[in-house]
Amino acid sequence: MTATDAPIAGQIPPDSRRRSDPAEMPALSIDGVSHCYGARRALIDINFAVAPASFTALLGLNGAGKSTLFSLVTRLFGIQAGRIAIFGHDIGLAPGEALRLLGVVFQPRTLDLDLSVTQNLLYHAALHGIDRHEARLRAGEVLARIGLADRAGSKVRDLSGGQMRRLEIARALLHRPRLLLLDEATVGLDVKARADILHHVRRLVTEQGIGVLWATHLFDEIAPSDDVVILHQGRILAQGEVVRIVADAKARDLYSAFMHLTGTTPESGSAVP
Amino acid sequence: MNSVIAKDQPAGFSFAQYLTCLNGIVWREGLRFVHQRERFISALVRPLVWLFIFAAGFRQVLGISIIPPYETYILYEVYITPGLMAMIQLFNGMQSSLSMVYDREMGNMRTLLVSPMPRWYLLFCKLLAGTAVSVLQVYAFLLIAWFWDIEPPPIGYLTVLPALVLSGLMLGALGMLISSSIRQLENFAGVMNFVIFPMFFASSALYPLWRVQEGSPMLYYVCLFNPFTHAVELIRFALYGQMNWTSLAVVSSCTAIFMFGAVFAYDPSRGFSRRGPAGGET
Repeated sequence: MTATDAPIAGQIPPDSRRRSDPAEMPALSIDGVSHCYGARRALIDINFAVAPASFTALLGLNGAGKSTLFSLVTRLFGIQAGRIAIFGHDIGLAPGEALRLLGVVFQPRTLDLDLSVTQNLLYHAALHGIDRHEARLRAGEVLARIGLADRAGSKVRDLSGGQMRRLEIARALLHRPRLLLLDEATVGLDVKARADILHHVRRLVTEQGIGVLWATHLFDEIAPSDDVVILHQGRILAQGEVVRIVADAKARDLYSAFMHLTGTTPESGSAVP
Repeated sequence: MNSVIAKDQPAGFSFAQYLTCLNGIVWREGLRFVHQRERFISALVRPLVWLFIFAAGFRQVLGISIIPPYETYILYEVYITPGLMAMIQLFNGMQSSLSMVYDREMGNMRTLLVSPMPRWYLLFCKLLAGTAVSVLQVYAFLLIAWFWDIEPPPIGYLTVLPALVLSGLMLGALGMLISSSIRQLENFAGVMNFVIFPMFFASSALYPLWRVQEGSPMLYYVCLFNPFTHAVELIRFALYGQMNWTSLAVVSSCTAIFMFGAVFAYDPSRGFSRRGPAGGET
């Protein structure tokens, strides 16, 4: 496949959609999803899947449609066209069953700054119907795992940016989801905090078998073995393993492949290599 | 593998889980209220200023004849007390609306809306939580008013509770409906000008409707069709152990309509989805 033959939305080679066991239920499947804001088309015929125990990066510049896609998957927006399912549960038809299997870390902070670390977790647990006793046990468990056990009683507004992000991840895991969505979760963090969070999320994939969809515009967060979905101006330009996308685009690396596929130059785009 | 993944869970939620969710939302609303002492103080000061200053000044100007549920001539302070109780709930309903807009801007609203519980139930819990806070404020006001010789019959403190819950739900649902149509916190000032003040002044909170009718028949009809008038009258009658059936019917109906509208507006496939993502996101 030449660079100009790179798959585009609606023409995705079937063999590039999943590498996992075809009999395995996808953690997330997105089929033919489109979305408009008035006359503006934010997403156009999006098709891809995330396997359980896999790390899939959703790569796109600002304005590509990543957050819109996340809003659709989390049912903040209604689906205008297409179908989204989480472990087979249609988000439109069985939202409760779908959402209970989903953990989300949104791009903007969604913690209550006036509540303590533990109170934020207990509130989230209540929204999932987890009783107080069980919630306290789980809160202690997740806080220990992310290294915030000593800050359990602290007000959230007293935490650093990295700690808040870790807390949001802990909160997203409190109800024991099987799919985790993270929308540019490392934006605004320093290098070490970014690396820690990425490491932690990758461990969730390998140790707990959670499927992860990681939206980002930062290329250094993507490993060669990851699955990548390249989203640009509401369309999927390519998807598959990094090495394959790079090879198909006849590029040196993912950054060059991305620039080539999107027709972006370093001056015109905001992608960070 | 050190798995903590949920195994296949039974479909739906148990009654206990629904209660846990309700407890959590009420608890969080209570904590927020406790953290905002200024909100509590201002919620009390506002009606007390009306009671101590406005009513004292106007008692000579505005004579009140014997009208139900009162069985004798009453002081003007006594007359406006139910209106001030409803005013606390009106402001609280709009305050809840404001906090929902704030939550949406700050992103906290997403935490609520991505819960697997039914959306209508989440909004109803939020409404109940706001109502509980407003009822507490009203009883705190009644306690202070008691020292100002506002002494309804002892049974009235009990019989007024259901009326307060219902009117609190109606005004909270109205606030929720309004919050769904406000895109930015800055736009909330319009709510003060176009909702709170007209609703309060064009009602029977400060003067009986027969007085209004004498002055302006047209304004009388505006007051008559104002749901807030009926919230005030429902509270007024309940405070004296009586029932105003017309007001009960109007307040119940408006509660259902406003709640339905709020659920409709926050349904992702309808009102809420018309908005684009928050600034900076796409």
